[in-house]
Amino acid sequence: MMDYEPRGPTKSMGVSSYPVYYSVYLLATTAITIIVGYYILTGQGGRFDIGWLLSSISPYMWACLGIGLAISLSVVGAAWGILTTGASILGGGVKAPRIKTKNLISIIFCEAVAIYGIIMAIVITNNIGSFNQYTDSEDAVLKSYQAGYKMFAAGLTVGVCNISCGICVGIVGSGAALADAQNSTLFVKILIIEIFGSAIGLFGVIVSILQIAGSKIGTD
Amino acid sequence: MMNYQDMYFNIDHGYLEGLVRGFKSGILKKGDYLNLVQCETLEDLKLHLQSTDYGNFLANEPSPLSVSTIDDKLKEKLVIEFNHLRNHCLEPLATFLDYITYSYMIDNIILLITGTLRQRPISELIPKCHPLGSFEQMEAIHIASTPAELYNAVLVDTPLAPYFMDCISEQDLDELNIEIIRNTLYKAYLEDFHQFCQSLGGATMESMCEALAFEADRRAFIITINSFGTELTKEDRAKLYPRCGKLYPDGLGLLGRADDYDQVRGVADSYAEYKELFDGAGNNVGDKTLEDKFFEHEVKQMKNSFMMQFQFGVFYAYVKLKEQENRNIVWIAECVAQRHRAKIDSYIEIF
Repeated sequence: MMDYEPRGPTKSMGVSSYPVYYSVYLLATTAITIIVGYYILTGQGGRFDIGWLLSSISPYMWACLGIGLAISLSVVGAAWGILTTGASILGGGVKAPRIKTKNLISIIFCEAVAIYGIIMAIVITNNIGSFNQYTDSEDAVLKSYQAGYKMFAAGLTVGVCNISCGICVGIVGSGAALADAQNSTLFVKILIIEIFGSAIGLFGVIVSILQIAGSKIGTD
Repeated sequence: MMNYQDMYFNIDHGYLEGLVRGFKSGILKKGDYLNLVQCETLEDLKLHLQSTDYGNFLANEPSPLSVSTIDDKLKEKLVIEFNHLRNHCLEPLATFLDYITYSYMIDNIILLITGTLRQRPISELIPKCHPLGSFEQMEAIHIASTPAELYNAVLVDTPLAPYFMDCISEQDLDELNIEIIRNTLYKAYLEDFHQFCQSLGGATMESMCEALAFEADRRAFIITINSFGTELTKEDRAKLYPRCGKLYPDGLGLLGRADDYDQVRGVADSYAEYKELFDGAGNNVGDKTLEDKFFEHEVKQMKNSFMMQFQFGVFYAYVKLKEQENRNIVWIAECVAQRHRAKIDSYIEIF
């Protein structure tokens, strides 16, 4: 009796996917190690030319990636937040219908996150002009490359900040809805937490604006 | 690995968690119990219950009301709510809710076997079964006379089949063996449930494993105390203790060798929470019994389970609290019906 080795539960939810993940990871690591090792050990390490890679990617690519990341990651964050809060509002609203209207504020906070994303995307888009790599002055070309990098960074900044802000506001909003359903004095207090959470997204937008301040691709 | 549950929980289970918290807010509060305790007749009770979450659930019952009718209708309300949850859920919540029903299934099987042994017709026994634990083969239990036949014919298709592996070595069904079968099944069920909750991880594991550990230890104590003076040998008794609680392995070893109530109390003294429970209990007139202290502790644990969000423990806690509320209302109804109001206040307060 004392040698209790717990068997696994008799009911399990399907097969675990960890063996697949682990074997893919192992295969990828082995392949990369072999390839890199081969190149380095045969003196061809110089073939991994990061500088060539960076200088031959057009700044338009960086800028447009930045725009894409800005809007898409922001929308993912907003969506995540709205689904988290929305499910709880629906559930709590069955037995306590009074919470329905007040808790739409949480949804609005999540939606604000998506609006930040679209604002940044439009601001970045407006700074894309046209330049000719071969005929413009070197100064202009360098400035355009710099602008491309800045736009990518700005888009990435606002995107990642907004995805985390959206998730944060969503989880807090879900707690607010359920607490409000039990005791209506709690809602305003929890709203303060949400406001702080929402500030994170705002920080992302501010830094993003600072990053692309004044930078343009092209000279018009 | 970070606990990611907070981000993904609401996708599948957010609505049902919100719903079950709404159900929980309908559990009777102190003020409602004070009203109920002042009732003079069962009709008064019905009137007071109309203003709570129960509403007009007794409206279609013919008067005079009886306590067993009230008990049945209370159970029916819980069953309706539980079935609504079970019908709307996704995995893994569906498996979790199924595990909750297995304890009722075990009770039903034992009820049916006992009734069959006493030659009761099956039609009389089926209405006494708890609806949450119903399964398709219930009507067929009376055809078997030994556990092996029962297993092969009926129970192998139920979800409880793996729990019978320790039981089918029994020779015959008789009164003592029935209780041993019940406790062996329950032990296997508790350990399985504990394993399942551990595999879920996160906040569910924290709240559920705590609750199941207490349930296991409580059963160990109750089995020990009830076995003094019966023919149950110590080895047989030790095989009935669930091993998923705090008492495993040392406490269970000591309990297996205990001979009287004081030795059991000595075992409990090494564990802080259980020491408190045994200290407050006694058989004198003003004291609470040990079972009452266990129920109070369970209610406290279940209330704490509602403090965590994004976990399944709220569903288990809701079922347990509703059960306790049903027991309270039935107790008050009995006291009112028999006009014996001396101990009417010894219900367990929930909120």
